[in-house]
Amino acid sequence: MSSTDSGGDGDREYVDEWSIRRIVRTMIPLLAALSVLQLVSGTVLETFEETLVTNPALLVLVPVQIGTAGNLASITCSRLTTQLYLGTYELSPSNPDLRANVGAVFALAGTVFGAVGVAAWGIGVALGGTLGLGRVLLVSLVSGMLLAVLVVVASVAAVEISYRVGLNPDDTTIPVVTNLCDVAGVLILFAVVSVVV
Amino acid sequence: MPGHDTARDVYRQALPVILVSLVAGLFSGTILGSETMRAGISEVPGLLLLLPAFLATRGGVYGSLGARLSTGLHQGLIEPRFRLDRRLTNAILASFINGMTVSVFIAVITFLWLRLFGNAGNLLELVGIMVVAGFLSAVLMISVLIAVIFVGYRRGLDPDNVIGPVVTTLGDVFGIFFLLVGIYVVGAVL
Repeated sequence: MSSTDSGGDGDREYVDEWSIRRIVRTMIPLLAALSVLQLVSGTVLETFEETLVTNPALLVLVPVQIGTAGNLASITCSRLTTQLYLGTYELSPSNPDLRANVGAVFALAGTVFGAVGVAAWGIGVALGGTLGLGRVLLVSLVSGMLLAVLVVVASVAAVEISYRVGLNPDDTTIPVVTNLCDVAGVLILFAVVSVVV
Repeated sequence: MPGHDTARDVYRQALPVILVSLVAGLFSGTILGSETMRAGISEVPGLLLLLPAFLATRGGVYGSLGARLSTGLHQGLIEPRFRLDRRLTNAILASFINGMTVSVFIAVITFLWLRLFGNAGNLLELVGIMVVAGFLSAVLMISVLIAVIFVGYRRGLDPDNVIGPVVTTLGDVFGIFFLLVGIYVVGAVL
């Protein structure tokens, strides 16, 4: 389709960059690989189908858990990357910037997963579930805090590795880490569910 | 100064975005937990299996369309108005093709996965649900993204700051809702 593109001569180069075939060819392999990776989360969900269908509160937790994990990871990664470029990044427990990031991730996780626990419980009851507030809150907070640990470890590792290997973290590491954290979010959630519920 | 924020600064800057995605998550969670959806999950084998992949690819397809349009605007390659511009139509068509192809791909690998582990699955049903859900999400996401990016850009908003939350929020909420529509439509036809 791109062969019929026309424009000024100076435009041609840009038109190619924006050709349908080119966009589709670069994206499809990536999207296909991503879908296969996400089947791991899907398998976990499928395994817990019965628990999920009888306890709507837990179904409510699923999208929140998937979304928040990736978000926290992308915030941490992009902050660490910026520090890397600014020259203030250093892998050390006494690095004030690193401590600020880690502190913020835990505070955010505590806020979000506390609120989510109460909300998911309320919605679950409204949808006819019977799971108590204590349990939903326990599942939400424990899995949320474990997730925060994972986000911090994975982000620091990703930035550190890309720094040592010489990859641009903006292009490569962040998409990988955010997707891994999405999948791990579901794994952690159900590890906690199988213990608590 | 960037890079020298305290934990409190980081918390305050990140909280709004996280809260937006939290509210979106709760909305989509409510649709997912609704009685109709739970009935669908019990009746259609493979629905929970394809759910995370379906949601994640929404972000991949339309997040990248948003990023591309935003870069194009910043470079002056496209103009912030609705016009039959070659680059704009190319970007839109490509994301539509990507969205539909990946939706069908997800249905097929879900079916194969079910088969591999010896479960029953209906290929036609899964493909049908994904085509309906994929098509509706494509139409909605593309129109909203273009509207938000162009209107925002003309009012001086940097699209780079807006795309992330818009794509995650709408992608999740409407993704699950359109999945429900897909189950309903396919159930009525098959």
